Amino acid sequence: MRRLVILLLLATTPDPALAQTALPPAPYANRQLEDPALEAKATALMHTIRCLTCQSQSIADSDASMAADLRSIIRERIAAGEDPEAIRAWLIERYGDWISYKPTADPILWPLWAAPVLLLGAGGALAYGRMRRRKGGQA
Amino acid sequence: MNFKKRSLILWIPLAAYLVFLALASLGLNRDQQTVVQSRMIGKPVPPLDLPAAASSRPTLSTKEMADGKPRLLNIFASWCVPCIAEAPVLMQLAQQGVPIDGVAIRDARADVDNFLTRHGNPYQRIGLDERSALQFYMGSSGVPETFVVDGKGVIRYQHIGVIGPQDVEMILEKLREAQS
Repeated sequence: MRRLVILLLLATTPDPALAQTALPPAPYANRQLEDPALEAKATALMHTIRCLTCQSQSIADSDASMAADLRSIIRERIAAGEDPEAIRAWLIERYGDWISYKPTADPILWPLWAAPVLLLGAGGALAYGRMRRRKGGQA
Repeated sequence: MNFKKRSLILWIPLAAYLVFLALASLGLNRDQQTVVQSRMIGKPVPPLDLPAAASSRPTLSTKEMADGKPRLLNIFASWCVPCIAEAPVLMQLAQQGVPIDGVAIRDARADVDNFLTRHGNPYQRIGLDERSALQFYMGSSGVPETFVVDGKGVIRYQHIGVIGPQDVEMILEKLREAQS
């Protein structure tokens, strides 16, 4: 009976809570790079890479072991002289755009990029129309 | 502009706001966890040499996977509870002659040995991946996961999550497809 209860508890506990290991974290998972400039580059990238386990967090914010491993990989690669955007491209090649929080120039995102211009244009037109009307009313 | 038309236009911002509210509440209530499929299907298995994860099985070099025969690459771990549920199904596949290689994620040899003693060992080779490196190379997002790799070492299929008894036929079919 007790065994059954334990099994049930295990079965109903969400996976991520269990998906952690006893191993110590990878060397650069929670340790900064010695060079502040490189660390800044690495941190900037990590904040825009989505965690695979906790999908609403960036790997910089996540405690999941996979996020820790990826942080270490990113720091090591940047320390080795790799460009952050090359690492992003490497990840997108494997997981798709989904892994990156940085919007791409994909055609599906064109409305997103166009929105500020369109809104500004619409606002400008509205203001122009109003001002002209007011002037006309005064004259 | 007549009065009627003008008062209609005044309602537009409110309507836009309501549409936004509806979309936002829909988005909040949607299940956020998406299954992230690997983009590596159709590409070769990344060449990685992994040390042996178990005392009773040789190391895994993914370069050796291109030996002319389709096989399964199973990603598991001794700390992974769903992997226990998957173990008997993998044993069944192994007994049917399916070659299975394993990769133990963030694991230690003693723990893997213990896991295999308790739940069976369907693997021909088991590599140890202490830092999830193979997962990132393969576009894998969790444990357990299973890849079908064809005889040329090309990834043909990715199964995310546990292979249950109901998936056996489908996996065998994927292996047959990988033969051609």
